[in-house]
Parts: sequence; structure tokens; C-alpha cells
Amino acid sequence: MIPSPFEYELADSVEQAVELLGSREGAKVLAGGHSLLPMMRLRIARPSLLVDVGRLHDLSYVREDGDRLLIGALTRYHDLANDPVLQERCGIVAHTASLIGDPQVRHRGTIGGSIAHGDPASDMPAVLLALEAELVVRGPGEERTVAAGDFFRGVFDTALGPQDVLTEIRLPALAGGWSYLKFHRRSQDWATVGVAAVRADGGARVTLTNMGATPLRAAAVEQALADGADPAAAAERAAEGTSPSSDTQGSAEYRRYLVTVLVRRALEEALS
Amino acid sequence: MTSVGQSVLRKEDARLLTGQGRYVDNLGAAGMVWAYIVRSPYAHARIVGVDVSKAREADGVVAAFTGGEIEDAWPGGLPCFWPVSDDIKLVKHLPLATDRVRFVGDGVAVVVAESRAAAKDAAELVEVEYEPLPAVTDVAEAPADGAPQIHDDAPGNVAYTWSLVTGDVDKVFGDAEVTVKERYRQQRLIPAAMEPRGTLCEVSAAGDITVTTSTQGPHILRTAFTLVLGIPEAKVRVIAPDVGGAFGSKLDVYAEDVIAITLARKLGRPVKWIEERSEACVATIHGRDMIQEIELAATADGKITGVRTLLTASMGAYLQAVTPGVPLLGAWLYAGCYDVDAYDFHCTGVFTNTTPTDAYRGAGRPEATYAIERAIEALARKVGRSPVEIRRLNFIDSFPADIASGLQIDSGDYHASLDKALEVLDYDAVLAEQQKRRDAKDTKQLGIGFSTYVEMCGLAPSRILGALRYGAGGWESLSVRVLPTGTVQVMSGTTPHGQGHATTFSQIVADRLGVDVGDVEFLSGDTAVVPTGMDTYGSRSLPVGGVALYYASEKVVEKARKIAAHLLEASEDDLDFEAGRFSVKGSPDRGMTIQETAFAAWAAHNLPEGLEPGLEATFVYDPPNFSWPAGCHIAVVEVDTETGDARLHRYVAIDDVGNVINPMIVDGQVHGGIVQGIAQALWEEAVYDESGNLVTGSLLNYLVPSAAELPSFELDRTVSPSPTNPLGVKGVGETGAIASTPAVVNAVVDALSPYGVTDIDMPTTPERVWRAIEAGRG
Repeated sequence: MIPSPFEYELADSVEQAVELLGSREGAKVLAGGHSLLPMMRLRIARPSLLVDVGRLHDLSYVREDGDRLLIGALTRYHDLANDPVLQERCGIVAHTASLIGDPQVRHRGTIGGSIAHGDPASDMPAVLLALEAELVVRGPGEERTVAAGDFFRGVFDTALGPQDVLTEIRLPALAGGWSYLKFHRRSQDWATVGVAAVRADGGARVTLTNMGATPLRAAAVEQALADGADPAAAAERAAEGTSPSSDTQGSAEYRRYLVTVLVRRALEEALS
Repeated sequence: MTSVGQSVLRKEDARLLTGQGRYVDNLGAAGMVWAYIVRSPYAHARIVGVDVSKAREADGVVAAFTGGEIEDAWPGGLPCFWPVSDDIKLVKHLPLATDRVRFVGDGVAVVVAESRAAAKDAAELVEVEYEPLPAVTDVAEAPADGAPQIHDDAPGNVAYTWSLVTGDVDKVFGDAEVTVKERYRQQRLIPAAMEPRGTLCEVSAAGDITVTTSTQGPHILRTAFTLVLGIPEAKVRVIAPDVGGAFGSKLDVYAEDVIAITLARKLGRPVKWIEERSEACVATIHGRDMIQEIELAATADGKITGVRTLLTASMGAYLQAVTPGVPLLGAWLYAGCYDVDAYDFHCTGVFTNTTPTDAYRGAGRPEATYAIERAIEALARKVGRSPVEIRRLNFIDSFPADIASGLQIDSGDYHASLDKALEVLDYDAVLAEQQKRRDAKDTKQLGIGFSTYVEMCGLAPSRILGALRYGAGGWESLSVRVLPTGTVQVMSGTTPHGQGHATTFSQIVADRLGVDVGDVEFLSGDTAVVPTGMDTYGSRSLPVGGVALYYASEKVVEKARKIAAHLLEASEDDLDFEAGRFSVKGSPDRGMTIQETAFAAWAAHNLPEGLEPGLEATFVYDPPNFSWPAGCHIAVVEVDTETGDARLHRYVAIDDVGNVINPMIVDGQVHGGIVQGIAQALWEEAVYDESGNLVTGSLLNYLVPSAAELPSFELDRTVSPSPTNPLGVKGVGETGAIASTPAVVNAVVDALSPYGVTDIDMPTTPERVWRAIEAGRG
């Protein structure tokens, strides 16, 4: 539970954070610390420098911007879960935030930290993918936006470069139904499998948590719906294109089965 | 008003709940250094070489030793106090391995540094060359032909064999109209106390040793340190400060304590070691891990006539303090609360390349209860009776009861607790709801599971322990001292790690002496304050220690009576004693309080001829029998038949633990025990991979449940006072863990019975449930 030695710097601005991240090899951004610190305590992660962005309070917000919603990367799960605008206009994000970890985790963990961490078992990445969210990134060059579909590249691997800081998440307000179903054995656990479904033209966008190295679009399900299949029939194709792992929460075979049940239920909820 | 029977608020809580607890890790000493143990990453390997030279040169490092460099300190290795049989293999167990490692976590070297972080950083510089050997972690595979041999002196990996046979078993089974034979797997569990272990050892210039350690057994440890290290016992003081849970796992004589003492003596500086959580998962003992084969002989209508049990129990890599005895603590209970004629029990203890097992809440009795409570439902299915009918038909119903396994149950009323449980549950309504869901082919099915348990605790009559070759007695020593100003000190040989002794024991003595609960001070957990004791395990504190306290209090009252009679110029027989005051019969105005007698005893100006000054007494109580709590637990589970998710829907527990001193504390014990038992049924499992790594090596994937996963429990009690002690009490610390596991698994099986499911392994994970349903559908 004792991390390897590391340096620590507190960033006063995003610009300074970017600069600090470039100051040495192996620097990492510290936000809420609920993904990174446990890995450091197990010495799985051994950053040389922690750049703490925790004091950048102006990155904590939920704002309306026409038919979009803007979420600051440092907004904590607890604040997302209880934000009235989010509950009203993009309830799937507020609801999913309320399912993450336990109250202590939700009061410390941030949406940006979770996204940037790129853990395939995290809930929020699949939700952002289903929403076709845009992620705003600041690095040494110009500010840029990355589509959620291009952001997640592998286990703990994202489109963020070593000097990049995720600053904002941009979401569409939702007009139709949605669902996020998280299957887990204890309330504070990561998802064995999670399913996000958002009503869309001609059917739904359906994404999967923990069915591969990144959050996945259930493309075959979406296509089947577009072709007129009912939720039950479409859900039977939920495991197509997935590559879940086997672990103590369940074998890959079980996950491939479980996802079909959860997709059917999520579609029934989102499309009802 | 008497306080016994009242839910007096816990005296402990104000301090503990405001962060004023003093656990080992809160403590330090001037000049203290930190130890960090280098552990084997291999389940089984020959140690080719250990090089600590780079670690020695690292910043902040004070010393570093290989096992071989300090093995002279502990010539006999770590002790096993329970050599259960003639054929037992007491294999050598060194605190740091020197030639071979036998489980992932076995220590090979120790680094000592000025800070904890420096010690851990330097430990990464220790170079150990291993030659990996084939390993076996599975209890069923270890005794098989061709399995890797873990100890040269334990052929076939067999640690011991042990049997208990009564009655004409072959005849009973030969004559049986019906038999059922079941095979159950008791998965390995990790105790996971909230506070991991820790130790702080200080050695004075005179060589006096003080070990402050997170333990259940300061007295046992003092003796053990003498045996292991050859230090005169009078030179050793052991302190158990606040201890954050243990569940049996802190009863052991652990390598780290012995290493810390050795280092402190060698270096002349206080040495502290604190276990990390992931370290606790491998370095602190595990529980359960056995295969149970149980066979019932019965009449055609379901009356059980005989029980035959064959256990294969994992010892892990070595024998810890009571490892071999743990499966045998259940040896008498494989017929449960049922009346049988013939009884046959065999156990084989086997070594595996895993963390050693030892006592874990219930120790042997949860396993026995699980087997018989599962098997009786298998019998019920076979003979076409309901789970309730089959139990009523077989209950022992007259007490005291001489049971087939050879012991005597003190008291009980098994029908009464079953009746009450059915009433609290509203059984008929739940059955109707279950049927409705079955008829509707609802995705979410209900299952109802029973466990009518009896267990033996309050360890233990010393003569029985002697007959079982246990290395110590089972008595307890309690002292009561009334101070000159009238407050009372209790000095207890049994020491708490969460049980609430300070409150419960104060209630007992307050009632006997007629003083306020608040005027009683409870002292324990320091061998310099309470020199003798047998410590805390096996639900013994109240039925052994509490009874000793009762008798010690009575001795104090009798001495005070002599003093009062002398001062009041009356005969002792003429004195009434009520609410803390002696008065002369017929002249209630002539009297004095027990506090006044205490002052008189202290001043000693005017005492009866020959009476010692002071008002205090010690009583050492050796119980004549175990205590035998019993009861009926009913679990209602809801199973999602599509996902396999089994959730507890309701839980009714009717316990009969004899008289109750503090109902709130007893409810708390029952709650905690139930959760631990449910956890075995639904969540917890220590899993090793093919190469012997512990996969569930953190609380991320070793699933200790929280309140969020559980319904509110519905508790009530029936009361059959124990006739073997004047308080009429029985133990309660383990009952919940003993009773609940089979209730939950029986409920899961019941929920799945429409799919033809009759058994499922623990924990009943969603995947296992799904597979059981798929198999049942064929």
C-alpha cells in the first residue's frame, strides 16, 4: 500500500499542467485519484511525477449550450448524479454516475479522470460512446476535440498524449429514452458487463462496458434494429464483435451470454 | 434495577467512534525502525540464493537479513499446539524460509529501515533466485498419486488422519431403507479483518521484551514466544491494544511477531511491522477449504438412523497454531440437531501450496452445519417430505441430550425456534408467493432455505481438550477488585477485539455487587495487568470468562459479607445483601454498603480475625461442558433466472443462546455472523490460478459484502438457559456464521428446483447459477 517514490506538483492552470507534464518522462495527471492512486499503492503504476489538477475548480461544471451540455472534466460523480440540468436533459449520465463505486468514491472521483484512465470496466466511457460525445483536449498545441468513438484505444490507452489534459465533455441533450444497466455483484464493484442504450433515429445506439479492451458499439444490434428487428431479436446479436476477458467476476462465455440479456432489457427500457 | 438483560450502550463506542482508538499502527516508540518482509512469488520453489547486499546499501536501511542468516533465533520454528493424532506430521515451519518456499507469500528475507517506505523500496532490491517446483493448491488433488510433494516428511501430502465412530454404522447403513450421499465443497475463505495485523516490539536494556500486537491471544503469545525463541516467560510482556476484528485469524503465532522480536533484540531498537492489505490476503491464515462427503441412512419416511462423513481438509503449506484441529471442531456436529443411532466421521488433513488455514469464525462447525443442513434437504427431496417436516421428524427433543457422536447437549428446544421462525416469516404467505411466481414462470424466482443448527462453543472443558491432544486448557481467569473509594476493577483473561467485553462484563459484575455499570472499569489485553488468561476464541468469553466473573464477584460479596457482619456485629447468616447494601435481617436501618466494606477492607483497621486486607478475588473457571446454542434461520432469495443473479430477499434468524446479558450486543454479534456466513454462500472465495497465485489477492476481487447488498435481518430469540452455569448463558459469537450459509444455499437450490437443480457450489455466483439452470434444462 506504499507507492514507489514520486514527485508531486500542484497545477494552477491547465497551461501549467501541460507544461509540467512535459517536464519529465512518466508524468501523470492526478484528478480525483480514485483510479490512479490504487494502482500506485499496488505499485502497478509508478509515475515519476504527479501533476495535481485538483485545484482547477473552474473545470467543475455542468452547463447548457443550446442543444448541447458541457461538463467540466473535474466534475465529480456525486455532482453529476445530483445535477438537475443533467437529470432533466441527459439523465443517462446522472444515473450512471450514481452507480459508480460508493459514496466516498463518488465524492472524489471525476468524470474526466475516469475517461482519461481508459479502464474498459468503467461505466462512463460506454455512456459517452452511446451519446457520441465530444472530448475537449488541451495539450502543447491547439485545443482539439476528439469524438468518443476515436478516444478509447485499448486497456488504459486513449487518444491522450503524454502532455494532454482532458478539459471538457460535450454531450447532446436527449429527447428520447435511454437506459444504462450495470450488472455487478456488489454495489461498489465495477461492471461485470454494462449496457448503454439511447434512442436514436431508426432505433437506438447501443454500447457495451467490459466486453473488450475498450467500450464497444454493439453495431450488429444497432443494424438489426435499423432493419426492423424487435429488441429481443436484436439483442441476440449483442456479443458479435466483442472480446470479453475471463476473470473472477465471470468467464468470457458467461459475459457473451449475459450481454444479450442486458441488451434486451436496456432496449426495452430505452424504447418503451 | 438489574442491568443484565438490558441493552446498555457500549462503553467502548465513545472512544472508538470519535477516532480515539489505539491500534498498533497508532503507536510508536523512540528510535523505532520498520520491518518489511520479502515474500515468495512462487507457490513452490527451491531457494537457490538470496542476496540482500543491495538492499543493505539503500537509503534509510538499517539492516537486511536472509532467512538463513537469522534462523538460529528460532531453532524449532513456529509452533502447532494441536497435534491431533499419532500419525500427524509436524513439519518444520520457519518464520523465514531457507531452502524451499511452499506458498505465495512465504517469507524469505526481511529489510529494516528508518521508514516504512524506505523498507518497502529496499525490499525491491533483494534478489532471490528461485528454482520453481510443481505446485498443488487444490485440496482434492494434493493427496492424489503423482501430486507434487510439499514436505519430504509428509508422504502423499497427508498431514494426519482422524476418526470418530460410534454405534454399528455398517449395520445401520446396511439396514437403511433410504440413503443419500452428497459431496460438498467448502471453498477457501479469507478472514479480512478490517484492521490488518501489525506488531511493535520493544526491548529494554535489561532484556525485557514488550510486544504490542494485533492479537486475540496475548497470553497464548507470551507462552509461545518463550517456546519459539527460548526467552524466559517472565521477560516477555504482550499487549493487545485495540484490535480491529480478527474472526480467529489473529489467534496464531505468526512469523512477523517472532521476526520483529528477533530484530529488536539484534538491533537494540524498537521494530514495527504493519501488514498491507494485499499482504494480509496471503500472509494471514485462511479458513475452510475442504471437501465433504456426507451420507445419511434413513427410514423410508425420512427418519435418519446414521451419518457417515468423510472430510479432506486443506492445512495449507504448514500447520499453524491450531490448523489440524479446526476441521475436528466440527467432528461431533455432522448429525446436527438430529437424533441418530450411528455416527462415523473420518478426516484427512492434507498439505497444499497455499496460505495455511486455521480457525475462522465458527472453525469446523460452519462446515459441519453446512453438510448436514444441505444433506437433510436432499433426504427430504428423496423421501418426499417438506424441509420443515423432515426436521421435525428428526429433532432431538429431550435435554440434556447424549448425542451419537459422544457429547452431551446442555439444553434446547428446537421445535420452538422453528415455530417462531415460521411465524415471523409468515411461511404460508411466502410459499404462496413462490408458487405464484413459479406458475407465472416469472423471471425472478423465490427460494426458501432453512438451517436448523446447533453448535458447540464456549471452548472448552480442559479434560476434553486434553483427550483431544490440545496443548492447553480451556479455563478462564477473572479477577474483581473493589477499590477503596468504591469503584470496581475487572481484570479479564479474555480480551476483546470487538465483542464489547467492557460493557457486558461490567453488567455482570454490577448486578452481583449492586454497583452502577459506570463504576466498573474493565482491564484486559496486557499480560502485565492481567497475568493469566486463555484469551478469546470459540465463543468462550461469556460462557467461560463471564461465568468466572460471576464466581469471582460472588467471592468478593462473600468476603464483604464477613467484613460487614463483623462491623455490624451480626452473624453473616443474618445479613441480607441487596442493591449493593448489607443489612441486618429485621433491622433494615442497620447496614453498610459494599463500598463501605471495601474502604474498611483497605484501611484494615478493624477486620475479622485472620481475614486478609483488601477486597478482591480471582476465580478460574473450567467449564464442565461446551455450551450449545441453536436456532432456526430462514433465508428467502430472489434469483434472476436469466442473469443468474441471486439476491437475499429476506432473512429470519431465531437464535437460542440461553440467557442474554446485553440484547443489543447479541444482536450485533448475530448480524455480523450472519453476514459472514451469507458472504460464503454468495460472494467470497479465495481463488488460486494454475501456478498457485492467489487471484483474489485484494478486496477488489475478494468480495466482502457491504450493507448495500443485504436486506434488514429479522431477528428474534427463544431462551433455553444453559443448566451448566449460573448465568444460564451460551456463546453467540459464531452462531450467525454457522447457521446462515446453508440457509442461503438451500434457498438458492430451492429457487432453482423447477429447473431440476439439486446442488450448486459456493459461492453461488451468477455464472454458477446460470450454468446450473442451463444444465437443469439439459
